[in-house]
Amino acid sequence: MSKVDALFETCLRLGDTALVMGQRLAEWSSKAPTVELDIALSNHALDMIGQAQLFLGYAGRVEGKGRDEEALAYHRQDFEFRNAMIAELPKGDFAFTVVRQFLFASFAEAFYERMLASTDADLAAIAGKAEKEMAYHMRHCGEWVVRLGDGTEESHQRAQAALDELWPYVHELFTTDDVDQAMIEKGILPDASTLKEEWLAHVKAVMARATLSLPEDDWMPSGGRTGQHTEHLAYLLAEMQVLPRTYPDAKW
Amino acid sequence: MVHEAGSSDEMRERFDAWVAAENKVEPQDWMPEGYRKTLVRQISQHAHSEIIGMQPEGNWITRAPSLRRKAILLAKVQDEAGHGLYLYSAAETLNVSRDQMEADLMSGKAKYSSIFNYPTLTWADVGAIGWLVDGAAIVNQIPLCRCSYGPYARAMIRVCKEESFHQRQGFELMMALSQGTAEQKAMAQDALNRWWWPAVQMFGPPDNDSPHSAQNMAWKIKRFSNDDLRQKFIDMTVKQAQALDLEIPDPDLKYNEETGHWEIGEIDWDEFWAVVKGHGPASRQRMANKRNAHADGAWVREAAVAFAQKERARAQKAAA
Repeated sequence: MSKVDALFETCLRLGDTALVMGQRLAEWSSKAPTVELDIALSNHALDMIGQAQLFLGYAGRVEGKGRDEEALAYHRQDFEFRNAMIAELPKGDFAFTVVRQFLFASFAEAFYERMLASTDADLAAIAGKAEKEMAYHMRHCGEWVVRLGDGTEESHQRAQAALDELWPYVHELFTTDDVDQAMIEKGILPDASTLKEEWLAHVKAVMARATLSLPEDDWMPSGGRTGQHTEHLAYLLAEMQVLPRTYPDAKW
Repeated sequence: MVHEAGSSDEMRERFDAWVAAENKVEPQDWMPEGYRKTLVRQISQHAHSEIIGMQPEGNWITRAPSLRRKAILLAKVQDEAGHGLYLYSAAETLNVSRDQMEADLMSGKAKYSSIFNYPTLTWADVGAIGWLVDGAAIVNQIPLCRCSYGPYARAMIRVCKEESFHQRQGFELMMALSQGTAEQKAMAQDALNRWWWPAVQMFGPPDNDSPHSAQNMAWKIKRFSNDDLRQKFIDMTVKQAQALDLEIPDPDLKYNEETGHWEIGEIDWDEFWAVVKGHGPASRQRMANKRNAHADGAWVREAAVAFAQKERARAQKAAA
């Protein structure tokens, strides 16, 4: 794989994960437990979609075939999407959404903080914006994880169930393959596999405050970053892409 | 300000004079019970309209046809939630709790603008709502920035700024459709066909059928009559429809050279009253969504309260 191909692939992985996270968060509009939380979840969705626009826009420029962020978001199929699978799991209840956002943002914040030093100026610039946003999501959702975990019996059970269901999918965030290695060697990407210890320490501290138990590491599914997804992604894309696919000549 | 002193007739006279002189009434002022009740009804109805109004457009967030449009729509719906919150706060200054207002919305006791009981069937409806519904809302709301009740007037200044931005976004969306493919243009025309009359009805019943208007004008809650505001909206919107190359769905629409106004055909007030009574095509769906979201979120709100209580108990224990 050439450097250009690897960089394109990398931008898709970052952009698609942000996009699919954003699409799931956006499903909360008018469904959140309070108006304030409706606004907060929409804010998170807007941040993720904004990051997706930047990463996919850059992916299009790197590829150099005239595709922009809209073409990449709306005219690829599920097997061409490169998001981590944790992003595509259905939105679930409020506990599932905040636990996912907390687990992901805690990883992404550390990752983008390292990516500030990327030898690729575009990625370093995007990291500058994304890192601040992820720090905020981590704090906001982390506070909710604590409130749900240490709230009522019901909220504790729901938060624990969410954590148990999500846990297998966190490991994919820390996997690296040949594409990543090529980028890491050139100083373009941080090495995600080196971040796990720091991430785990942070997650453990928050889960302790939340009185939640960390699940055992056993099943560790992965494949989203190479296009092997769960059954959920195709439905998400069918909904998201319906208009541009129905009217391929239209501009919106 | 109007102090609580003297007989109720004297206070009433002082209040009327204060308002007539274009002074603002503030929460700590004495005010007639009718004035307070009218404002609670109007402001809470306005707040509920913002909150329920999130649903019809929110229906297209996950299907917005570009990332740019998705971000715009998310931010817009979020602004509506924010407007709901300022307005609930303004109403709370009149001694009514947000919990009570929300309970009244969910029980069906409190009303919200009927326009949101129509379904959004295509993407063009998102544009039509921004263009027509927000357009009508602005015409209605700009005079409210000068409403005699201070907290409401101040909330409306910010709301109007954001609404006018939304209206321009809606118009721009319609422009993209009307200048797009034949299918897009047909989608835009269809949306205008469905939203035009409900938008015209947003100004409420005609002046001769609007019982509280005179008192609300005297109290400077209302500044212009329903029909005057409606006419202003029609004149403004007919020109915009021409710019979009779309046709207003009214065979009787004509320009009156003498008055300089566009005149419309007869409004179907039976439909308006049916929708007000809860028989709009999406009325039940809107209410069910609101009630379900509230019920589904109960355990989250309870958890937040339980956690706060535990934290307080822990702080007390630590201090002891």
